[in-house]
Amino acid sequence: MPLHAIAKTAIKALRRNPMRAMLTTLGIVIGVGAVIVMMEIGTGSSEALQKSIATMGANVIVVRPGTASSGGISFGAGTTTTLVPEDCDAILQECPAVLNAAPMVRARTQVVYGSRNWVPTYMYGTTPAYLDVQNWGTLAAGEPFTDRDVRNANKVCLLGQTLVRELFEGESPVGREVRVKNVAFRVVGVLKAKGANMMGIDQDDILIAPWTTLKFRVTGSTLSSTNQSAASSSTSSTVNTLSNLYPGGEESLYPERSEVQQLDHPMPVRFTNVDQIMVAARSANEIPAAIDQITALLRERHRIRDGEPDDFIIRNMSELIKTLSSTTTMMTNLLLTVAMISLLVGGVGIMNIMLVSVTERTREIGLRMAVGARARDILRQFLVEAVVLCLVGGALGILLGHGGAQLVRLMMHWPVATSPIAIVAAVLVSATVGIVFGFYPAWQASKLDPIEALRYE
Amino acid sequence: MDLIVLRDICKTYQMGDISVPVLKGVSLAVARGELVSLMGSSGSGKSTLMNILGCLDRPTSGEYWLDGREVSKLSQDERALLRNAKIGFVFQSFNLLPRTSALENVAMPLSYRAKPLSEREARERAAAMLTRMGLADRLHHEPSKLSGGQQQRVAIARALINEPPLLFADEPTGNLDSRTSTEVLQMFQQLNEEEGITIIMVTHDPNVARYARRTIHIQDGQIVDGAFAAGTGVS
Repeated sequence: MPLHAIAKTAIKALRRNPMRAMLTTLGIVIGVGAVIVMMEIGTGSSEALQKSIATMGANVIVVRPGTASSGGISFGAGTTTTLVPEDCDAILQECPAVLNAAPMVRARTQVVYGSRNWVPTYMYGTTPAYLDVQNWGTLAAGEPFTDRDVRNANKVCLLGQTLVRELFEGESPVGREVRVKNVAFRVVGVLKAKGANMMGIDQDDILIAPWTTLKFRVTGSTLSSTNQSAASSSTSSTVNTLSNLYPGGEESLYPERSEVQQLDHPMPVRFTNVDQIMVAARSANEIPAAIDQITALLRERHRIRDGEPDDFIIRNMSELIKTLSSTTTMMTNLLLTVAMISLLVGGVGIMNIMLVSVTERTREIGLRMAVGARARDILRQFLVEAVVLCLVGGALGILLGHGGAQLVRLMMHWPVATSPIAIVAAVLVSATVGIVFGFYPAWQASKLDPIEALRYE
Repeated sequence: MDLIVLRDICKTYQMGDISVPVLKGVSLAVARGELVSLMGSSGSGKSTLMNILGCLDRPTSGEYWLDGREVSKLSQDERALLRNAKIGFVFQSFNLLPRTSALENVAMPLSYRAKPLSEREARERAAAMLTRMGLADRLHHEPSKLSGGQQQRVAIARALINEPPLLFADEPTGNLDSRTSTEVLQMFQQLNEEEGITIIMVTHDPNVARYARRTIHIQDGQIVDGAFAAGTGVS
């Protein structure tokens, strides 16, 4: 018998007792429905989480200067001053797994506009690439500052929404000037709202300026330069000055000064080290490769011998993301297990009814055998009946589950997302349940002796 | 030419340690085109013989030639195919599928053919068969909407749908009143004469047996009378 004919026979047999078929399949409907609801809610919350992670910058790797130590005393993370903007350029050019990179210097000070003032959570000096690395996208207003602004240490800045709200009270800030430590910055653009990050810190409470401006005009030095021991370790290094190193390789405009002149009129040394470099990997999968490449590159650039420790620290968000997503995954799996158990109960219900059905239809089985049905035909018929029951239940369950998830979205405002995998899985699982729980009754039916079966009352 | 030849068929049931012989060396022959009745009291081995003849059961020993083929040693599946192609069954209690139309009841054996027919062919054939049985206006009725005689005619149509050369009727009139009994028996006679279908009726009613040209009597697991048609003997 071809399969569609068997399926037809099975449907006919089930339609002889529609009420019972419906009640039997209810277990599967509820089980599959529960699975679908759980999967949709799970997918929804994990998608929401992904989005929240993406606002913190997707695939971001943070390179920080390492710990300087002298005579067994360490000065804390960020105290070595070997991480320079050129490292950032080199990372971008030489590491194939890296999509973008931005150097960063930090400051924390008051921003004043008119009679109002505010201390933003974040005050970053960086390059325009930062906006890409952190997934800021386009601006809400104005234009981002340019690489030229960075080179010239122009006094321009971008403001986050919170800062705009605190300082401007509905005025458009673009083109206005804010004062940061008595340095006037022209606001060239306003960032889009990003909301709080996963730790609950407002990501819109931010001021972004060219790193050169922030470093040389606002903070004057690195955050770590207050640590004299760390600073003194590199004061004599002429290599580590802006004029020689950044924007890079240009001849000095001024004549070389003699040693006597230098001693008479010491020029302030401008350290060009940065507080961190934000790197975006090409994809989440390429983060480990990117880390390896950056490590190798920086060790080479910083001339670190084999066996010596790195003078920088590389961190990425993947651990954090893993921890956060493992929570939702665990909850989803837990609920999924409960749903699976109800599916199992549904399967037992199917088996029960199929056994009853086999007993009830013993004479039919005997008759079918008498007119030429082989044991395997009977087996197949009852198996297909069970599978059809389960598949119909599965289909109804998918509809019910999808509807339920939508209800959850509307009533409780939980994020849900249709999950095609869940639907495919539900169909497969319900077919499997049909086969597993339908097999025993079908096997019983096929083992009947036609003579006995025909005589059965 | 004989359609059925039984040679020394024995059937012994094993009840724990005790073996109960039910058929004790049955030999008989039924020629093509005969209408034979098989009579015997209950416990005579009538049903067992019927089951063996109908290929539902296997004899413990002996030979069974059906349509020129030794069938006593066939496997379960082979016997199922054989039953499908060669044997039609009519039962006392009709055994129609409930809540299933007459047409589908009749078409049911077609689905177990070695070479399945298409759905349309099967329906056409079932409809033609029911028309032949005088049920052209009852094609889509369920068994519960049919009278006993009509139900038995549906059952006969089902038995004949695969055009078997042999038809078994096990107490075919047991559940029918005398008028419909006569109708059904006349139909058997007609089928036998016009179509040349070999029919074996199992009964304990002499009035039914009278419709047959020959009656085989079985008693205590042995044939006492009518094992062979007149003029033939054991070869």
